[in-house]
Amino acid sequence: MDLLKDISNNLQRGDDEKVAALTGQAIAAKVPPKQILDDGLIAGMTVVGMKFKAHDIFLPDVLLAAKAMYAGLNLLKPLLVKEDIPAVGKVVLGSVEGDLHDIGKNLVGIMLKGAGFEIIDLGNDVPPERFVDAAVKENASVIGMSALLTTTMSNMKKVVDMVNERGLTDKIKTIVGGAPVTSEYAGEIGADAYAFDGISAVDRIKQLLGLS
Amino acid sequence: MKDFLERIKAGEILVADGAMGTMLYERGINIHQCPERVNLSGPEILEEIARLYFEAGADIIQTNTFGASPLKLAKYSYDDRTEEIVRNAVRAVRNVVGENIYVSGSCGPCGRILKPYGDTEPDEVYESFVRQMKAFAEAAVDIVCIETMTDIGEATLAVKAAKTVLPSTPVMATMTFDATPRGLYTIMGVDVKTAAARLEQAGADVVGSNCGNGIEKMVEIAQGFRLCSNLPIIIQSNAGLPVMAKGRAVYRETPEFMAEKAKGLISSGVSVIGGCCGTTPAHIAAIREVVDFHPGR
Repeated sequence: MDLLKDISNNLQRGDDEKVAALTGQAIAAKVPPKQILDDGLIAGMTVVGMKFKAHDIFLPDVLLAAKAMYAGLNLLKPLLVKEDIPAVGKVVLGSVEGDLHDIGKNLVGIMLKGAGFEIIDLGNDVPPERFVDAAVKENASVIGMSALLTTTMSNMKKVVDMVNERGLTDKIKTIVGGAPVTSEYAGEIGADAYAFDGISAVDRIKQLLGLS
Repeated sequence: MKDFLERIKAGEILVADGAMGTMLYERGINIHQCPERVNLSGPEILEEIARLYFEAGADIIQTNTFGASPLKLAKYSYDDRTEEIVRNAVRAVRNVVGENIYVSGSCGPCGRILKPYGDTEPDEVYESFVRQMKAFAEAAVDIVCIETMTDIGEATLAVKAAKTVLPSTPVMATMTFDATPRGLYTIMGVDVKTAAARLEQAGADVVGSNCGNGIEKMVEIAQGFRLCSNLPIIIQSNAGLPVMAKGRAVYRETPEFMAEKAKGLISSGVSVIGGCCGTTPAHIAAIREVVDFHPGR
């Protein structure tokens, strides 16, 4: 459908006003909200993610595209809730305790939302128990942790250990990422997965949840 | 003291100091919760670090004010103490070096993403930098060093703030580049050519790069700046990217390795060579030796 393609293209250009207007048009034309989400917003954000990964575009382009995505998503959300259309999955996200950096974590959040996930963003400097408590309370199936600093990444292990100690390993998967974090380190601390960047976080989480 | 810009324009190569953050960390300071807090609680630690770099042979010592702009300090509710934080940092270095070498006021990013990409007004960011620069002016720094910038918009606001408040103080401005498959870019998508042109246009006296992936990439970056700018160049490299060993960050580039590669910076026409994360007084001493062996151009 051309309208949805327009939404995707304008999202990729970072034009939030156009995306909002077109999303409104699609809703008025009785296009199913799920279809607007999948073939408009998610389709556009997927392209943005791939281009960012390939270094065709940079962070500013992603941030503008994300703004455009939110402009459409805000209009769709009440309808998705009303029609009881569930998110692909629920992810609790945050930068670990002691770490005040959030650009990487925000990017992961943007990409996950752009792939249809619901995100509980706990912000930065998040203590281990807050990750686990939030995941339990929100009934989330994944905890995503980010760290930019080599000195804070050890706090990731505390969260993984806490999930184990509370016997939640069947319900809650853990995934880690951030500049100093490696897949070896993720293995070492017993996390379920490691993601190099926002796009691979989407892929890994889908794998963890058996969605791909 | 001889004029800083005259010296480098005459071909002299000056050595700047090495890391502050990793040195504070080694001394038990929690650098994750406002690294500038130590300026209020224990400025004698800053004197100790300044002395080590002074003795290592640095010509320029930077103040512990990287995050001392009120916007950044507001994260920790220390914004109302901006002036005191800056004053203590400058005084600590001055107490050690006197008028023998230059005290450089360090100014890093404000920690917000500017409009239209983020939600922070550029005016707010400019005012924040102006207040930091006024504090530098009152504390009488010899140089201002704007560093680790990734957004060219923010970097030029900082340079303009410095040049407006301190019109006769030399301003150095550096950005942090990553090696991408498409070449060298900051995470905000700025290449060396754009950085050199926009920083110069904003009024910077010395341009270049700091932090980053290690000194070998820095030689490439320096050559890039040389090709697109006639301004003197400053390079302050990390001692490589950190790797984890036994739960601690280890920077692998040794003083000998960095000093050897610094020869490449000298032949690329760099005027100020210093260190960033992971570098120590031993690194600076080794670079000093190489620079002394190449007395100017």
